[in-house]
Amino acid sequence: MNLENFPLLSFMTFLPLVGALFVMIIKGANDERVKNNAVNVGAFVSFVVFALSCVMLFQFDKTTADFQFVENVIWFEGLNLTYSMGADGISVFFVMLSTLLTPLCILLCKQSVKSRVREYVCALLVLETFMIGTFCALDGILFYIFFEGVLLPMFLLIGVWGGPRRVYAAFKFFLFTLLGSVLMLIALIYMFNEAGTTDIPTLMEQGYPYMAQMWLFVAFFASFAVKMPMWPVHTWLPDAHVEAPTGGSVILAGVLLKMGGYGFLRFSIPMFPEAVEYFAPMIFWLSVIAIIYTSLIALVQDDMKKMIAYSSVAHMGYVTLGIFTATTQGVEGAIFQMISHGLISAALFLCVGVIYDRLHTREISRYGGIVKNMPKYATLFMIFMLGSVGLPGTSGFVGEILSLMGAFQIDTVIGTLAASGLVLGATYMLWLYRQVVFGPGKNKDALKMSDVNGMEKFALIPLAAMVLWIGVQPNFVLDRIAPSVENLLANYYEAISLPTNELARLGR
Amino acid sequence: MMDMTTIITDLYMARADVFLACAALILLAVGVCLKTRAFHRIAIGGVTALVLTLIMTLQQDNSGDSITLFGDMLVYDRFGVFMKVLVSIGAISAIFMGVRDLGDHVIGKFEYVILILLATLGMNIMISSNNMLSLYMGLELQSLALYILAAFNRNSLTSSEAGLKYFILGALSSGMLLFGISLIYGYTGTTSFPLIADIVLIEQTDMVSMGMLVGLVFILVGLAFKISAVPFHMWTPDVYQGAPSSVTAFFAMAPKMAAMALMARVLFSAFGELHSDWAQIIFAISLASMALGAFAGLVQKNLYRLLAYSSIGHMGYALLGYFVGGFTGVTATLVYLSIYLVMTAGTFAMILSVRNKDNVAATNLNEFAGLSKKSPVVAYGLAIMLFSMAGIPPLAGFFGKLYIFKAVLDGGYYTLAVLGVCASVVASYYYLKLIKIMFFDQPSAHDDYVVAPSRLLRWVGVPSVLFVVTFIFYPDWLVYEATQAALSLR
Repeated sequence: MNLENFPLLSFMTFLPLVGALFVMIIKGANDERVKNNAVNVGAFVSFVVFALSCVMLFQFDKTTADFQFVENVIWFEGLNLTYSMGADGISVFFVMLSTLLTPLCILLCKQSVKSRVREYVCALLVLETFMIGTFCALDGILFYIFFEGVLLPMFLLIGVWGGPRRVYAAFKFFLFTLLGSVLMLIALIYMFNEAGTTDIPTLMEQGYPYMAQMWLFVAFFASFAVKMPMWPVHTWLPDAHVEAPTGGSVILAGVLLKMGGYGFLRFSIPMFPEAVEYFAPMIFWLSVIAIIYTSLIALVQDDMKKMIAYSSVAHMGYVTLGIFTATTQGVEGAIFQMISHGLISAALFLCVGVIYDRLHTREISRYGGIVKNMPKYATLFMIFMLGSVGLPGTSGFVGEILSLMGAFQIDTVIGTLAASGLVLGATYMLWLYRQVVFGPGKNKDALKMSDVNGMEKFALIPLAAMVLWIGVQPNFVLDRIAPSVENLLANYYEAISLPTNELARLGR
Repeated sequence: MMDMTTIITDLYMARADVFLACAALILLAVGVCLKTRAFHRIAIGGVTALVLTLIMTLQQDNSGDSITLFGDMLVYDRFGVFMKVLVSIGAISAIFMGVRDLGDHVIGKFEYVILILLATLGMNIMISSNNMLSLYMGLELQSLALYILAAFNRNSLTSSEAGLKYFILGALSSGMLLFGISLIYGYTGTTSFPLIADIVLIEQTDMVSMGMLVGLVFILVGLAFKISAVPFHMWTPDVYQGAPSSVTAFFAMAPKMAAMALMARVLFSAFGELHSDWAQIIFAISLASMALGAFAGLVQKNLYRLLAYSSIGHMGYALLGYFVGGFTGVTATLVYLSIYLVMTAGTFAMILSVRNKDNVAATNLNEFAGLSKKSPVVAYGLAIMLFSMAGIPPLAGFFGKLYIFKAVLDGGYYTLAVLGVCASVVASYYYLKLIKIMFFDQPSAHDDYVVAPSRLLRWVGVPSVLFVVTFIFYPDWLVYEATQAALSLR
């Protein structure tokens, strides 16, 4: 097959949507059959998409920083908008993450979702379309459409299939993210008016006056910081995670949180370099606060999902820290950390889902001693737990150590404070593991739970393998992201050292 | 003095409106003679008349130039054609909805259709008006028909109240409008828009007379009543709530289009040179409408009151385009209005299909509880409409907002844009609230609401949903038409 002209990215993006339409029209004699067919069709479609994304990864040229698989179609002539898609080293692994996690969520919903399975599968497939689109869009407005479109299926996922406080969580999630995003839309339209196009590569070259950069950065920051989420706008995340069904949590932690970091790398750093330089110290401190403060909060949680949600905020602190150090190690570490966190936190939520399906509680104190009856589960859970702690040999280690190396190059105090998060992370994750898996078996029901079944193994073992594999072989990832990161930083340093900008700043 | 041939030529050129007037009168006569099923038969006749009018209107478009008729009283241009298409779509949808809503009802009198036809005729004259007198004539023809429509359910206290309230406030606003017109006439000596524009252009070199500005303010107040912009919106929630549901749907669609078109004629054709003066007023009412529409909607329990505030908010956004002015601003407003029209039609089509055992449409928000279980199709359709109204991509409503805010930012009004999007986030809360009720809540045990979309409601609902969902693929044609319409305005 000639891949030169084949619109691979669009195909991957819109195939799930077609699948969703197909699932929507499934009819059957009884609910059970509809449910099975819906899950099977959904899983089939999303596995095809995953296979396509593997093709993309192997076709990916790791020697260039340019966008690859580029598609350009005139979409909106009146506004000079083009439908343009492409992937580079920064985005390619996020696409992989989206295509990997969706089929797993669809497969596992067979046992965890009781009602309206068909619609659940549809929502996940639509979500996949928007996620892949977000990471592949090379046009600002197109990016915004995908970025914002994610809210629709996610709102329904949390609200329809969520826990007891699902309405509150769904509204909070939606309104927080929407408020951030509309400010970004304003900034995007401003840039559109200035440049006459929202083509991202063109916008990267554009260059804006100093004050404009400041405002634009703030507007984009409002959106990405909420999505990330950074302290202090992270409060929607624990609520959304706790109330969302397992699949929703997995996608939320695995992919949606990465959109913020991706946005910083795609928009903020290349388009507003001077503002990034100006705001970086503030972001370092926000990140450090996020790492330490949310780790401390995670320590006192008695709900498993909430604890993992807070740990996500802490881990995202490393990401923002790494990105804004604007050092090679820092940015590569941040991307690696996002990929690693995408795998680990998704797996941790799946692990919580496994025992939640059996005991229907997320309270840590209700579990204990399940290592006896669930040894395989205990092993898998341990791998992910250690990955989250950042044990050498797991992917978590690489991301955190690289981000911290970046941080130490900028400021020792920040680096030291951020590194303390590693200790705190170990404290709560090990405590969680001890309470749930070891410890005295107080609850008889917990001791009667069956070990992971075939489907769960099918989801968890590949994730565990990947966590270990990119932990010991990080170059598989780093080689592919390095050219894009170097290009990004080269442009960044060129932009902030331009003499004209220097003069403009002195004369402000 | 016009001679006979000119009059005949002009009548021929205005054949669409002449035809509509004749059709309304003939249908009225036919309706009186019909013994059975008068409503349905007249409805078929009414829709046919509207479609024929629409075809004739579109035929006029071919020439491309704007022509003036009856001694510059009326003007036929692409802007007029564009707005007339919107009004006709609104009227046809309202008749379709009326058949479902009133057709089998005691109050299902065929006059409903006649009144909609007459109101549409009035709106077409408003849209084409090129003179203060034709403006007023069209406006009153429309308003009188609407007053009766609001009170159409004469057995209901709220409907009568709605009609009376609408009549009194409408009469007040017409009075203000007339006062403004007389001031303008007094200070310029003419009622014709082009002549006023000439005089404004001459006067502008030194100083525009204060009397003319006061007159303009009064005219704007009168028109703001008609589009229910804050602070002249008071009647809207009550009328929306009291009037029969299908009438409310009509109110939410067609009259708004006509009044916005009229506003464009007055503001751009007559007073285009005074943009800096009237823009302040538009700015204030637009901002107030967006804010009030967003905040007051939050606490509503009645669906129609909620939609009233929603429409107030939407008019605020649409007015932003006029505030910015110029060709981009008007284009943005036209795009926004078209999308608003379709969203409103779709929303009402979905809502009207939820009915209780007395065949009365649901009115309270909590009557929609668990709708997604009872009828997923209607629930998803309504959810798409509501998400679109909230401006969430990839639905059409997002593109409406995108256009408006692009125009606003193009004009350099950054604070206004930020306030506008913030209001849209607030407003999204009540759209989400209805979605929450449909999808997240369980139906109450003793609820007897059934979802029964008729074929005609589907004819409105399905195209609306398709439009809103697929607009992203073909946005250009609407924008092209709106651009042409905006270009022809001056």
